[in-house]
Amino acid sequence: MHGPLFGFLFLMWVLVIIGGAIAVTILGPISISGFGEIDPLINSIVKGIIAIGLSIVWVLILAKLKNLVFRKTFNA
Amino acid sequence: MTELIIPAIISCIVAFFTVYLMIPPLIKYLEIQNLAVRDIHKKGEIMVVRPGGPAIIAGIIASEIVLYAFFQMNEILAIMITSFLAFLVGYVDDRKVMGGWFKPIGLALAALPIILLGAYDTDLAFPLFGEVQIPILYLGIIFFMIVITGNTVNSIDVANGIASGFMIIASFSLSTALFILQNYEIGIASLSLGFVSLAFYKYHKIPSKIFPGDSGALTLGAMYGAVAIVGQVEVIAAVALLPAILNSFLFLASVKKIVDHRELNEKPVELTDEFKLKATKNKRARISLVRLIVATTPLSEKEVGIVIFKLALFSAILAIITTFMMEFKL
Repeated sequence: MHGPLFGFLFLMWVLVIIGGAIAVTILGPISISGFGEIDPLINSIVKGIIAIGLSIVWVLILAKLKNLVFRKTFNA
Repeated sequence: MTELIIPAIISCIVAFFTVYLMIPPLIKYLEIQNLAVRDIHKKGEIMVVRPGGPAIIAGIIASEIVLYAFFQMNEILAIMITSFLAFLVGYVDDRKVMGGWFKPIGLALAALPIILLGAYDTDLAFPLFGEVQIPILYLGIIFFMIVITGNTVNSIDVANGIASGFMIIASFSLSTALFILQNYEIGIASLSLGFVSLAFYKYHKIPSKIFPGDSGALTLGAMYGAVAIVGQVEVIAAVALLPAILNSFLFLASVKKIVDHRELNEKPVELTDEFKLKATKNKRARISLVRLIVATTPLSEKEVGIVIFKLALFSAILAIITTFMMEFKL
């Protein structure tokens, strides 16, 4: 009866794992240099912007999945 | 090992009995002060006192002082002070209903002791893929984490016993994860949270004799977040908290702004004549976890609680699986 809820939690978990993979493989290696002492700050700003972008994509995917998984429930 | 077992036993006993023994006089005091609200899911005018936050924070501080006496770690101080500041934020909101932004900003400030005491590591660990170093960005995650955990635990406080019962499951699974990762001291700190929640659940379960209020729920949530940060188990903690995160996500996705739920008029669930919870037909009402649970069949408050606890257990299992995945690198 509550299978879609458990299924959705599982999908959230899978998205967390995929998000981690993207963070480590894409976000981690980014290194910008040439700005002297503010290199760490520039790196963090760039990583922060990418992280926010990824989070927005994560929420949008979650919203789509929510509509997909709970369509029948919403219409009940 | 003895040097860990004795502090663990003493801190858990102190955590449990401080809350357990403090609540009866607190209930009497709150009754005298007429600080009670109607239990909206019950037949008749059943009034329940609130907030139970003072007993919860007393249990947390007492047990963390015990742990600090044994371990003298800044991490334990950070957990204690952050929890106390979150309690103050919640207590202000209990006494005077504040705007939707008050709690997020207050909880963000409550995270400051973690930074000031240097009780964090800037590496964020993910399962299977290793760690990512984000020295400055991690500071933002600390603020974000306390805001999210505090508010999500507060948002799951939807019926008798749910917030405290949910926290028992989440904090014990977090303790298990910390023990698996051999972070024993912080694992014991997390155990204290579980025992505080357990003692509170005794009075919070159906039929509730006391509600935690914002001061109680924010304290439990903020402590959980603080344990996750100082224990470097942020992702595992988030997984164990997934049902509460889902509830907050559904709230934000349907309301589309940061607002206190008390400011919304349309309720997501209604009561049947048999005092069961059923999903509202009102299209303007927000979506919530409880609304999804009762969407197909009306359920009693107890049955709704059981479904949420099953979801919490499912997430706890996923959190433990995630912990083991931390050990492997692709």
